[in-house]
Amino acid sequence: MPAVEVEDLVVRYGDVCAVDGVSFSAEAGTVLGLLGPNGAGKTTTVETLEGYRRPHGGQVRVLGLDPVADRRRVAPRVGVMLQRGGVYPTMNARDALRLFASYYDAPMPADELLAQVGLEPVARTPFRRLSGGEQQRLSLALALVGRPSVAFLDEPTAGMDPAARQTLWGVVRSLRDDGVCVVLTTHYLDEAERLADRVVIIDKGRVVAAGPPAELMTAAAGDHVRFGAPPGIDAAGLGAALGGAAVIEERPGEYVASIPATPGNVAALTAWLAEHDLPLADLRAGRQTLEDVFLRLTSSGPS
Amino acid sequence: MRRFAAQARAEVAMTLRRGESVLLALGIPVLLLVFFSLVDVLPTGTKDPVDFLAPGVLALAVMSTAMVSLAIATGFERQYLVLKRLGSTPLGRPALLAAKTAAIVVVEVVQVGVLVPVALALGWHAGGADMAVAAGAVVLATVAFAGLGLLMAGALPAMTTLAAANGLYLVLLLLGGMVVPLAKLPGGLRTVARALPAAALSDALHSALGGGAVPGRAWAVLAAWAVVAPVAAALTFRWE
Repeated sequence: MPAVEVEDLVVRYGDVCAVDGVSFSAEAGTVLGLLGPNGAGKTTTVETLEGYRRPHGGQVRVLGLDPVADRRRVAPRVGVMLQRGGVYPTMNARDALRLFASYYDAPMPADELLAQVGLEPVARTPFRRLSGGEQQRLSLALALVGRPSVAFLDEPTAGMDPAARQTLWGVVRSLRDDGVCVVLTTHYLDEAERLADRVVIIDKGRVVAAGPPAELMTAAAGDHVRFGAPPGIDAAGLGAALGGAAVIEERPGEYVASIPATPGNVAALTAWLAEHDLPLADLRAGRQTLEDVFLRLTSSGPS
Repeated sequence: MRRFAAQARAEVAMTLRRGESVLLALGIPVLLLVFFSLVDVLPTGTKDPVDFLAPGVLALAVMSTAMVSLAIATGFERQYLVLKRLGSTPLGRPALLAAKTAAIVVVEVVQVGVLVPVALALGWHAGGADMAVAAGAVVLATVAFAGLGLLMAGALPAMTTLAAANGLYLVLLLLGGMVVPLAKLPGGLRTVARALPAAALSDALHSALGGGAVPGRAWAVLAAWAVVAPVAAALTFRWE
């Protein structure tokens, strides 16, 4: 049984269909990354899983249970990190953790958790005086204090500095290693690329791609080789040397050659550059970044 | 039970640590009680002003805690998504409501524990007070005021709740027979005031603590508000 299951989920706000037939599932001990531009339906999907809204169509299951109807059985086994807020503004980090710990039967020790997310130095600071990143880390700790089997993290690294992001990534990896199913939404494609075992890309309420990040990046490769070289090289001449392929300078110094990403083609390309005594700044063949995939598939890319 | 107890303790601690709620719960009632007992300028109609003021200020204290403090705290908890977040913990809404109720009762006990000795020190003649009847009136009024507080907190933005709760506090203070006897209000205004829970509570406390029988009208008004306000709050409350 998957830890999290979404089947043909439909959620509307009035006449607007925020989620329009989304399906995916995630197993225990895996990280699922939910990607999409603003307004794609990520948060709505996660909030339905958290039991905050009821589906207008389809169904969601968390640990095999309905998060609304079986709330009392689901809540003790699920950790939730909202996009923002969720903590008494005047309460300090340690008191908040101790209070939330009291809601669960076998909580993690508050001090251990404070150390794990790096909040010991500000343990006595009221929530409203913490920086954005510190507030996020406390929200994360509050999501984990009940030793959940499933953790929903909605944009967990928004507003975090790079060091805090690394801390969070470490926490998420150790959750996965402990068998927790982590569902996270993110805007950061590198985060999904590094952290997620599976990625689901949503746009306008529909799933446009799903799979392991590496698979998505390879499948989307297409017949392109991207490379960097000094601006203004003789693109037409290079194209002719590559057997009449189109070579386009997308931005000054960044080129795309419309050729299959075969070793032979790459050799021909680099040979031509060598012949003309041109340095090669960058070369990417056979695989796109998740960002390329994302921009091509979603409405946030150039149309 | 463990969850409820921890939550109730946290609610009390937060209330007693918030400066404005301590001011509202204790500062203003004590100030009004002491000042107008010593400076006899109010048309209290009693020989010693404290005999009128003590029950009135106790009624004011109940209103401060059950309505104003609850409304403001809950409004901000809603705005900061605390209520939403608690909704996905095993605490559950019934335990949260029970904890908030318990916290109100604890604060009210503290208020009585401060105000009654102060009033006695000022010469309050509390002989013949019927504590059981007074407690009954306070319970009904607490439910009614809490209903009004949650009605505001659950439907209005937090800043609007703050303003509305404080405004209502001032209106009910003046129309509630707490520092100015209802008899001194003009006829039309007095009729309106008598239909409000503040006047009904101060009426009941003046009678119960002054050795008289509580008028049936006061019980009826309190009971009606204790049903209507919480039901209205439950129907309109938005958790986020």
